Amino acid sequence: MTIKIGVVTFPGTLDDRDAQRAVRIAGAEAVPLWHADANLHKVDAVVLPGGFSYGDYLRCGAIAAQAPVTAEIVKAANGGLPVLGICNGFQVLVEAHLLPGGLIRNEKQHFICRDQRLRVENVNTPWTNQFTQNEEITIPLKNGEGGYIANPETLKRLEGEGLVAFRYLDSNPNGSMNDIAGLRNERGNVVGLMPHPEHAVEPGFGPDSSVAMKSGIDGLKFFTSVINSLVNA
Amino acid sequence: MPKIIVEVMPKEVLLDPAGKSVNNALHRKGHKDITAVRIGKRIELHFDRAVTDADIAEAQQIGESFLSNAVIEDVVSVTVQN
Amino acid sequence: MALFKKKQKFVPSGVDTTAEAAVTPDKAQPFVELGLKLEEYARIREILGRRPTSSELAMYSVMWSEHCSYKSSKIYLRQFGEKVTDEMKKDLMVGMGENAGVVDIGEGWAVTFKVESHNHPSYIEPFQGAATGVGGIVRDILTMGARPIAVMDQLRFGAPNDPDTARVVHGVVDGISFYGNCLGLPNIGGETVFDKVYQGNPLVNALSVGALRHEDLKLAKASNPGDLVILFGARTGADGIGGVSVLASETFDSTGPAKRPAVQVGDPFAEKVLIECCLELYHAQVVAGIQDLGGAGISCATSELASNGGAGMRVQLQKVLKRDESLTPEEILMSESQERMMGIVPKKDLKAFEAIVNKWEVEYSVIGEVIGEDRLYINWGEEEIVNVPPRTVAHDGPVYERPVAFPSYQDALNNDTVHSRGLYRANDNSSELAAQLVQIVSSPNQADKGWITNQYDRYVGGNTALAQPDDSGMVRVSEETGLGISIATDANGRYCYLDPYQGARLALAEAYRNVAVGGAKPMAVTNCLNFGSPENPEVMWQFKQATAGLADGCLELGIPVTGGNVSFYNQTGDVAIHPTPVVGVLGVIDNVARRIPSGWQDEGHNIYLLGVTKDELDGSVWSEVIHGHLGGRPPVVDLGFEKQLGDALAAASEQGLLASAHDLSEAGLAQALVECTLRFNMGARVWLNEISERDGVDRTCALFSESTGRVLVSVGREDDVKFVGLCEARGIPVLRIGVTDNSGQLEIQDIATWQLSDLRGAHEATLPELFG
Repeated sequence: MTIKIGVVTFPGTLDDRDAQRAVRIAGAEAVPLWHADANLHKVDAVVLPGGFSYGDYLRCGAIAAQAPVTAEIVKAANGGLPVLGICNGFQVLVEAHLLPGGLIRNEKQHFICRDQRLRVENVNTPWTNQFTQNEEITIPLKNGEGGYIANPETLKRLEGEGLVAFRYLDSNPNGSMNDIAGLRNERGNVVGLMPHPEHAVEPGFGPDSSVAMKSGIDGLKFFTSVINSLVNA
Repeated sequence: MPKIIVEVMPKEVLLDPAGKSVNNALHRKGHKDITAVRIGKRIELHFDRAVTDADIAEAQQIGESFLSNAVIEDVVSVTVQN
Repeated sequence: MALFKKKQKFVPSGVDTTAEAAVTPDKAQPFVELGLKLEEYARIREILGRRPTSSELAMYSVMWSEHCSYKSSKIYLRQFGEKVTDEMKKDLMVGMGENAGVVDIGEGWAVTFKVESHNHPSYIEPFQGAATGVGGIVRDILTMGARPIAVMDQLRFGAPNDPDTARVVHGVVDGISFYGNCLGLPNIGGETVFDKVYQGNPLVNALSVGALRHEDLKLAKASNPGDLVILFGARTGADGIGGVSVLASETFDSTGPAKRPAVQVGDPFAEKVLIECCLELYHAQVVAGIQDLGGAGISCATSELASNGGAGMRVQLQKVLKRDESLTPEEILMSESQERMMGIVPKKDLKAFEAIVNKWEVEYSVIGEVIGEDRLYINWGEEEIVNVPPRTVAHDGPVYERPVAFPSYQDALNNDTVHSRGLYRANDNSSELAAQLVQIVSSPNQADKGWITNQYDRYVGGNTALAQPDDSGMVRVSEETGLGISIATDANGRYCYLDPYQGARLALAEAYRNVAVGGAKPMAVTNCLNFGSPENPEVMWQFKQATAGLADGCLELGIPVTGGNVSFYNQTGDVAIHPTPVVGVLGVIDNVARRIPSGWQDEGHNIYLLGVTKDELDGSVWSEVIHGHLGGRPPVVDLGFEKQLGDALAAASEQGLLASAHDLSEAGLAQALVECTLRFNMGARVWLNEISERDGVDRTCALFSESTGRVLVSVGREDDVKFVGLCEARGIPVLRIGVTDNSGQLEIQDIATWQLSDLRGAHEATLPELFG
């Protein structure tokens, strides 16, 4: 059976073609989903890719969270559909209340693009099951508003229930509380993170690795994880 | 706490991409009577004493020379909350 | 379509019409304020056989401005089209004169690339100026039918410690970051230079490159009578009205903000949507011609489309969608509102066109139609306000042969050398050389530019094979075969000031070499010629020399100039910037997987220096940073050897012999050694004595001379014999000067040993300390 993974395009989405490529390299079929089309076309999982949906002028992800396709994704996610939000997609998940907290302007006020080391802290999700607990990975990070914030009770709950899926290593790039780079929901099917796994799936075009220049493919496991969990479901 | 509130808006004649994007979103949500949205900034200058007329004049000057960019923005109001 | 109703009876409307112009020939018109000379105004009257209407005057003034008409540069730019061989033209699908040149790169793919200046707007309002600079060049690329695939920026700022520099740096970098990142185009490189000559006149040049299938090529022309003229994208507002004419024709006075004209505000989200919308329109084959709206707005788009297509056009200006209803017809014609395009659409395709623009929620309006007559008619309601031959507006503007004079200071400048000044002391002691090396690699121009480039997205698209800090930016074009392109740009204003002819050739040679060290084959050239006032004969001499140098150089290398841009009036008061001709070279690589890294990755590799080192320190970074000196003559450039060197690198790369290759240019071997170690944190032990013995230079020259035609490569031991043999067979001087190691140190024998962490600290701290 071919696994079908939907990749959403809002006006202003930028990394949709990259996410589609990552899905294909991992061995699944990428299905484009259009913001105005309230139809998930029977996909087995959904990726909300990065970009600046609607220019991100009001708040990042705020307008995309109101789109017809997002309402369908929220419904399906509540029913257990695996959903991955990357960067702007993470911001959309937060604005759509599928994940708690908020994302604000980077501490240093600048957009930052760099290869970022992360620790995978929760492998019990359809998007992370191919990693080992506390595995250290490097994938690109590129955002202007990636500072994760939440109130003390929420932070306590996230930490207590093991909902922090990824944490920044080395230096915190954007002032995120508790060095949080990404989260999962209680059920585990919804995962969001600021760094970009879809930019680390193909040798030659990813981050530098110890083996060779731009050959890091640590992001590929996000996509093989979801295929693995769907095939074995 | 006494404060001076400076409000800065993009110049009327210039494009306001943020306002345009929000206006379009509101229209999609059915708020058709809203004809335009413009988005500006509210800047609060806090004091730990009462605000004087000199402070207001200074705030106006700071507003025009520093808090706003005269090429693309206007200071539309300077108000006091004592 | 009821765009044009026959006028029933005359009702005075306050709008200046052609009818009114015919009966009021002596009405005084503000042509001087609009930047026109008396003889230019007289020529407009002669063309029309009457006085122009105010709308016509607006159109001519903006289209005949230096910026749009190239009136001072045209006679020199011709040589880029003349000094070419048939062999050079064989891969050129579109040459100079269109929005951007188009080069056939094989496998049915073509690429288009261009660099353009947005200098003056970026001084007035750095954020929006730089942002709209990116937006404008990307639309030029889109107009050719291509998907834009990357951007780069060539930036020149004032002295790093001047208080105004931080304002401009922050604004420009934030503007590029804001606009480029939001467009989803990887920023793959560029240049940043600080020099006090750019204090009141920073240079913000933006380059974009796009890829297209051969059959998707679009041209800016309207040829078929009956086709519709459609304006789509953002609405027209009072943005940068008169900007082209005012901004490009006058210099800034020192009184500051008082004379600031209106700027344009960019909306990158609107542009991203416009890109996707246009690509879908192209794919559906519903546009017969297309032109972006940049400088001179509707005036430019209508007259150029009609003139290029050998046809005419009838336009109803009241159909233009406006942001501000109070705009006058003249203002609508001159408005430079961003993110707009003009499409020529056959009537039968209108429905399909509408479906696509509606899908993307892009606003549009049919404003006119193409006619068979050689005339551009523009109506405002029932009134005719423009009635002109389109060619006279778009292409037959004035051409000047400005006076040229050899600069009075030039001989004295060239005679003032590091030797004549006694700055050069043979065999400086080791500790002094070591200190100079650190001082140089941490100086603002030689320091790591990560503080800037890390604010740009270099990953989006997933095709970036090389990016800053590598010598060139490289992007994959075909995912099936790995076919890709690379681009490098270069300009050294100091060299060009010393000798503009050689300076332009040096820029060309370095950009060529930068493309070659990445493993690509140089194919084509673009340029952005930044100079002072053309009305100054000494500046005009610099321009004449630089363009001749570039054209001669391209002929020697056998690669054509495909297009370019001229920016004059870059000066503060009477003081011009250094002549700064930015030269961009496009390369092609059959498979980007073969690209060569710019730094060392493996221990135990041999380090070879290719080329010869001469005593060439005049104009160098060493003379500037250590001695604050600028004089003498720049390094000699041998383009025949550069070509030989490029071919040798290509051959070595094809045989897989090169583990890395890095160009030697500013700050010479010292800079290259530091960059090669820091790129992947690989140490090395290096010796200079054999360079000194073979080339007859001392250690100062070995480290800091900027002799051209040199490359630093690393080669695995197993490939040593083959590689050296290849160089010798091709006449490339090759010398083993070191070996890489895992020591975490850079040792230059008999001079010093540095911890890489210390070098990195020195190299990377400078920009964050200045601006962070």
